Amino acid sequence: MISWPNLVSQLFNGLALGALLALISSGLTIIYGTLGVLNLAHGAMFMIGGYAGFVTYQYTESFVLAVIAGSLFVMLLGVAMERVIIRHFYHRPHEDQLLVTFGLGICFVELVRLIFSSQSQIVPPPPLFQGITNLGFMFYPTYRLAVVGIVAVALGALFLVLYRTRLGMIVRAGIEDSVMVDSLGINVYRVFMVVFGIGAAAAGFAGIVNAPVVSLTPGIGDDILVQTFVVVVIGGVGSFPGAILGGLIAGEIISVTSMFNPGYAYVMLFAAMTLVLVVRPHGLLGVQGRE
Amino acid sequence: MTDKLVRRGLSRRGLLQTTAGLIGGSVLPALPAFAEDKPAIGTYPAGVSGSTAFIGISVPRTGTYAVQGEDELKGYQLAIEHINSGHDLIKKISPKTSKGVLGKELKFGVADSAAKPNEAVQAQQRFISENKAIMITGGTSSAVAVALNKLAQREKVIFVCGISGSNDTTGKDCVRYGFRQNFFGQTAAAAIGPVMVREFGKGKKAAYLTPDYTYGHTVTKSMQDFLAAAGWTTVTNQVAPLGAPDYSSYLLNVANSGADVLINVNWGHDAVLSTQQAKQFGVLDKMKLVVPYQVPFIARETGGLMQGVYAATDYWWTIEDKFPLAKMFNEAFEKKYGYKPEWGAENAYVSFAHWARMCEEAGSFNPPDVIKAYEKGETIPSLVGDVHYRPEDHQCVRPVIIVKGKQQKDMKNKEDWYDVVEIVPGEGLMQKPDAFGCHLGDYT
Repeated sequence: MISWPNLVSQLFNGLALGALLALISSGLTIIYGTLGVLNLAHGAMFMIGGYAGFVTYQYTESFVLAVIAGSLFVMLLGVAMERVIIRHFYHRPHEDQLLVTFGLGICFVELVRLIFSSQSQIVPPPPLFQGITNLGFMFYPTYRLAVVGIVAVALGALFLVLYRTRLGMIVRAGIEDSVMVDSLGINVYRVFMVVFGIGAAAAGFAGIVNAPVVSLTPGIGDDILVQTFVVVVIGGVGSFPGAILGGLIAGEIISVTSMFNPGYAYVMLFAAMTLVLVVRPHGLLGVQGRE
Repeated sequence: MTDKLVRRGLSRRGLLQTTAGLIGGSVLPALPAFAEDKPAIGTYPAGVSGSTAFIGISVPRTGTYAVQGEDELKGYQLAIEHINSGHDLIKKISPKTSKGVLGKELKFGVADSAAKPNEAVQAQQRFISENKAIMITGGTSSAVAVALNKLAQREKVIFVCGISGSNDTTGKDCVRYGFRQNFFGQTAAAAIGPVMVREFGKGKKAAYLTPDYTYGHTVTKSMQDFLAAAGWTTVTNQVAPLGAPDYSSYLLNVANSGADVLINVNWGHDAVLSTQQAKQFGVLDKMKLVVPYQVPFIARETGGLMQGVYAATDYWWTIEDKFPLAKMFNEAFEKKYGYKPEWGAENAYVSFAHWARMCEEAGSFNPPDVIKAYEKGETIPSLVGDVHYRPEDHQCVRPVIIVKGKQQKDMKNKEDWYDVVEIVPGEGLMQKPDAFGCHLGDYT
């Protein structure tokens, strides 16, 4: 028996969940699409964005500054990571990239645990978005509503950078054929650094924007990383629109399945991913030809 | 490529937790200094033939139960320190203890279980085979406790359970070699149920948030069974996986269920997150919250959301007014770690102190003798008054403490989160020893 108000609530909730997953996944997929690097430290960077924002909030009590600081800090971390470590791995096997980013992720998590302990930390939503909104068919946390808007704006900005700027053009060309871009006299490696920074900033931004929804712990990036990979695979590895589509699909699957049988939410998510992989091995909007 | 990608992504946590394991001081015993008449069994006598005895500790240091695991570890470390130095508090619980257990200094190793049974079993197997651990401990997750029960029985090494709330731990999964000090689902329900009926009335509608493993299912079942007698019904039971990153979907179902009371069975970070999100979704404005198996630190981690909320717990530090040993423990713990101990630390400390007592009473580390010392069922001291272990299922019969979250204005200090509403004696809370199908198994 379907309760219609509950179904509509869950569909809406799926949208909110999906928006966030789309944002985190977009960073991951941009980095993979452009640089061919599977960044397993992406979940840890999401977590660090939350903590950097948390520290800023402690000192300034400004959520806006927290968001800026969280994004910038992780962007700088991403750039440093790319310059110091990742660039040595562009031409190495994927296994090496996976292990090194995986290792970095562990180091980041343990470092944060050392500094902040495992106890949860709270970042309250900005006063403007506190409380609950009556949507007519349900009550929904105002901040979660705001997150949908914030994510939409962030994804829009990312879209503009990727599709309406020269940098974006180079990045997208790099996804298709980095050798050709290089031969045109563009310093591909400098572009790579910027791309890594943008991808990392997206994770950091998502981390602090998500912080008032959850309570921060050092392990917060672990689960999100798995979901993010599922989103990327469903949408198509390396595809920015794919990350958005994949995120929304994943959000709806988790939310709607939870209405009928919560225990199967993740089973259905992985079942959907498997189905997509069988029917479209490159994902729904995946870029053909990249290995 | 994509297949590989996901496999890597999925295996990340497993690898992380394996890597995060910490193995402490390896103490291989010297050649046997003396021969006892008793036949060798498990790690006895090899493990205690030198001047030391080794304990294998596995607690979650990562994952959803990490905070509680760290608290538990502090309790174990303090107990070992007290046992090795013959501290006054240990002597109150185990009068024959002078320095160490039976004169042997305790050494220990620590591994991160991440609240995962396979991680805990691997670590303890290593402690048993490499360090000849004479006793092992672990829990916090009942899935871990049940797995270690089986390991202990197979390896013939005594297992002193860490926090474990499942009825199964000393119920259908009980073993001769396992002992549990803390309370569990059945006792939680029997202790807090009457308080709920008294406070909220009969014939109420309840919604449950249940973590999907042995602990969650048995606690929820015990609560449902108890409350059904007072005419309460379950309008929804939302079962979520351990470590769920978001509870919004479950909470929407709860919000739309028309329940009067939300019974949150989640534990660790899951309890903190689900309670916070219940507040965000307005669920706590619509219905009362009850936490039948209170998670240590939930009050401080949720930043005041436990105000007015009833919960059942093993220990709350303000009972020191009634129990002198609790006062001694609180003082020693706070001096060493800088905060009031919570239930994890208390459970850890008392479990080790009781084990030390049983070894001293038996006059040997020989496991069957130590087990038989527990099985005498003698009344012995603990931090919450006198208790005893039931010989039939190795469950400690001990009081359950009902607390109610204080309003902020009533808090006398920053750790004064709860009023102790009632200290319910253990005897009347317990199910019959065979009610959950316990068959203890062999001594040898």
